[in-house]
Amino acid sequence: MFAYYLDLALRSLRRNKALTALMVFAVALGIGASMTTLTVFHVLSGDPIPGSSGTLFYPQLDPQDKDNYEPGKEPPAQVTWIDGMNLLKAHRGTRQALMSGGAVPVQPAQSGMDPFFSEARYTTADFFAMFRVPFLYGHGWTATDDDAKARVAVITRKLNEKLFGGKDSTGRTLRIKDTAFRVIGVLDHWHPNPHFYDLNTGSYGDAEDVFLPLSTFRDLRLGRNGSMDCWGRGGGDDAHLETATCTWLQFWVQLDSPGQVAAYRQFLVNYSREQHDLGRFQRPPNVRLRSLMQWLDYNKVVPGDVRLQVYLAFGFLLVCLVNTVGLMLAKFMRRAGELGVRRALGASRRDVFTQLLVESGVIGLAGGLGGLGLALLGLWAVRHQPSDYAALARLDPAMLLTTFVLAVGASLLAGLLPAWRACQVTPALQLKSQ
Amino acid sequence: MNVQIQPILAALKRHKAGTLLIAMQIALTLAIVCNATFIIRERLARVARPTGMVETHLLTVQNRFVGTGATSSEPLVKADLATLRQIPGVVDATAINSYPLRGGGWSMGVQTDPDARKAITAATLYFADDHAVATMGLKLIAGRNFRADEISWQDAQKVEAPGEIIVSKALADKVFPDGHALGRTVYIMGNARPSTIIGVVERLQTPWSGTFADNFMEHSVLLPIQLTGAFGSYLVRTEPGRLDALLKTVPAQLMKTNRMRVLRDDTGVRSFAEVREAAYKTDRGMALLMTVVCVVLLAITAAGIVGLTSFWVGQRRRQIGVRRALGATRSDILGYFLTENLLIGLAGVVVGTAMAVGLNLWMVTHFEMHRLSMVYVAVGVVALLLIGQGAVLAPALRASRVSPVEATRSV
Repeated sequence: MFAYYLDLALRSLRRNKALTALMVFAVALGIGASMTTLTVFHVLSGDPIPGSSGTLFYPQLDPQDKDNYEPGKEPPAQVTWIDGMNLLKAHRGTRQALMSGGAVPVQPAQSGMDPFFSEARYTTADFFAMFRVPFLYGHGWTATDDDAKARVAVITRKLNEKLFGGKDSTGRTLRIKDTAFRVIGVLDHWHPNPHFYDLNTGSYGDAEDVFLPLSTFRDLRLGRNGSMDCWGRGGGDDAHLETATCTWLQFWVQLDSPGQVAAYRQFLVNYSREQHDLGRFQRPPNVRLRSLMQWLDYNKVVPGDVRLQVYLAFGFLLVCLVNTVGLMLAKFMRRAGELGVRRALGASRRDVFTQLLVESGVIGLAGGLGGLGLALLGLWAVRHQPSDYAALARLDPAMLLTTFVLAVGASLLAGLLPAWRACQVTPALQLKSQ
Repeated sequence: MNVQIQPILAALKRHKAGTLLIAMQIALTLAIVCNATFIIRERLARVARPTGMVETHLLTVQNRFVGTGATSSEPLVKADLATLRQIPGVVDATAINSYPLRGGGWSMGVQTDPDARKAITAATLYFADDHAVATMGLKLIAGRNFRADEISWQDAQKVEAPGEIIVSKALADKVFPDGHALGRTVYIMGNARPSTIIGVVERLQTPWSGTFADNFMEHSVLLPIQLTGAFGSYLVRTEPGRLDALLKTVPAQLMKTNRMRVLRDDTGVRSFAEVREAAYKTDRGMALLMTVVCVVLLAITAAGIVGLTSFWVGQRRRQIGVRRALGATRSDILGYFLTENLLIGLAGVVVGTAMAVGLNLWMVTHFEMHRLSMVYVAVGVVALLLIGQGAVLAPALRASRVSPVEATRSV
């Protein structure tokens, strides 16, 4: 029966080529636009470390003075050196890491290779285990290295290929700013997107190539990047960053159970109160403890333009569908006579309904295929844009499936009303008017 | 042509679903197109903003010294400037921490009262020298340029406010609304020393093109200070027609002067046209995308009207024949379909106007958007009604050619 309906549908569609083309084209455009923008949105709003993002939290404190104080205002987005170190040393979470970003001059040992700058992350020992960073060779450093201001470095696979030809470089020497560092680890592919742990240095795109202990960074006075907010008389003078009244570090903590989260929140309040009593904090306790995804959400990492494009594309799809519904309705109603004959010859309402739904399904399928093509084309265009997320815009299996479900679902939905209206036709009335 | 609305409405009642769908499509299209056009205009206005510089024959260099001595860069920068200024085809060159549309820079609060808790406005600081005004092509509208002996070299970590500064007119007007900024003093480096305004330039944009900088977009200060540090920029003004050749000569000459530097392949040496292109790429991309969406939407809506009306015409051939046989003229039939479309269109745009305003209000709260000007809605309404009439014309003309004989034939 289905084959017969399909045959009928194809005949009917062939009869009005221009109209069929218009309907397929409209559905394809709508689906193509929606899928392109939705894929970009999906990629950008994804979970950077699936599986463990639920246990990662970003504490915020308010160490500022009374100037410009407004109750209820958000605390600063980063922490001071003193608070960061205090939270780190408190060891209240399963793991915790304090960090900042920067750029370091790398001086390759090979002659013929010019010195170059690499993005660097200065952090503490738990960073690698907490963020489940995969290692190709070697391992991260330990808390002892942190305390000793050890000259050790972890580099990415990319940098390892550039400097050491991809061979196991652990134990080799890396010269940074005229200082010899021992390579102790090489990362495997690791590109968390968004660059969640420090949103100051761009939300997407390439992460850093060199990882160094935070204490070593301060000891050697390496270059720092990212934002710094100061208050009072404190300036961001490089020599006194440890005591400056400035927030410039990111602090992350791993908390494995809801109980631990509640306890940590209480700890932050108690800590603020204690610092207030000591006279360091002047404002009443004002803390936040956002999970990783909440932190991304709060910072609106997905660019506004991308969200706008998603809404625009779905508005566009809606118009295309309304257009298709209208055309299909007119088309089916036009065939009232033919349908009346079929009904009179014994076809049930259900049969007629199925037949018409097959016809709209064919349009949906064709539109969906066209839309998939357009989405691939659209994503190709996005990849050739200069934005930092360009390279990420690819269709994954989940989005591919979504495309098809959306396309067929949308056009079946679009066919539902016209088909239902058309099978309300009373056969006798139609036959009489012939 | 005597058209009665009553029978049209009666006929439309028999096509409720179809009528509703067309009206809804027109409404949605109007809502989307109005807001999209508004976004296009906003983006294009942003892209067209002048920087205040003469942008032709201008070359930018972003330089980073490496190795020992990179941070005490005074002799290195002086050597670079000497090299740049003697390259044939170069008119002038200046060393500056940033420049308009570069994307990164230094901003500080500006205040007239050193003890004020809140600055009057934010402004960008350009650490420049006595060649900056000439190289950038700024128009000095009051006062004078820096003298060579006023330029000092300072460490970026501990900059002292200078005695003399040049400000943009927008900043001068903001801080001194009475219009007399020249010779007055302001405090720019937090709470340090006062600086006297010795010159005012007509316009100078900040380094940022993003929306966050919109409220101090032309608030700029030129300081007679050269920052020592590994990172800095050069601006080079060239003779007409020499820019393309200099894009290759300049990096080669700089490398010859001192190899211990990094000039990135992509952003190291660029013409200012490239800088502008890169700064507004997303805005232009968005405007283009919106334009395409608008055109396609209007086309689809028009095609939908053509398709649906064609069906209606086909369906009513008998009735049209009867009307013609009873004395209706061709223009009566034509008028009937045009009016029918106009009625549906009017219903659509009434709903669409409400939707356009609603959509805009929603976007104002969720995105960095301004309130939609009603001019856009008015233009959108007229455009959609005209498109509807245009789309319905072909099927309506076909209907008007139906011969009265059809009344006697069975379909």
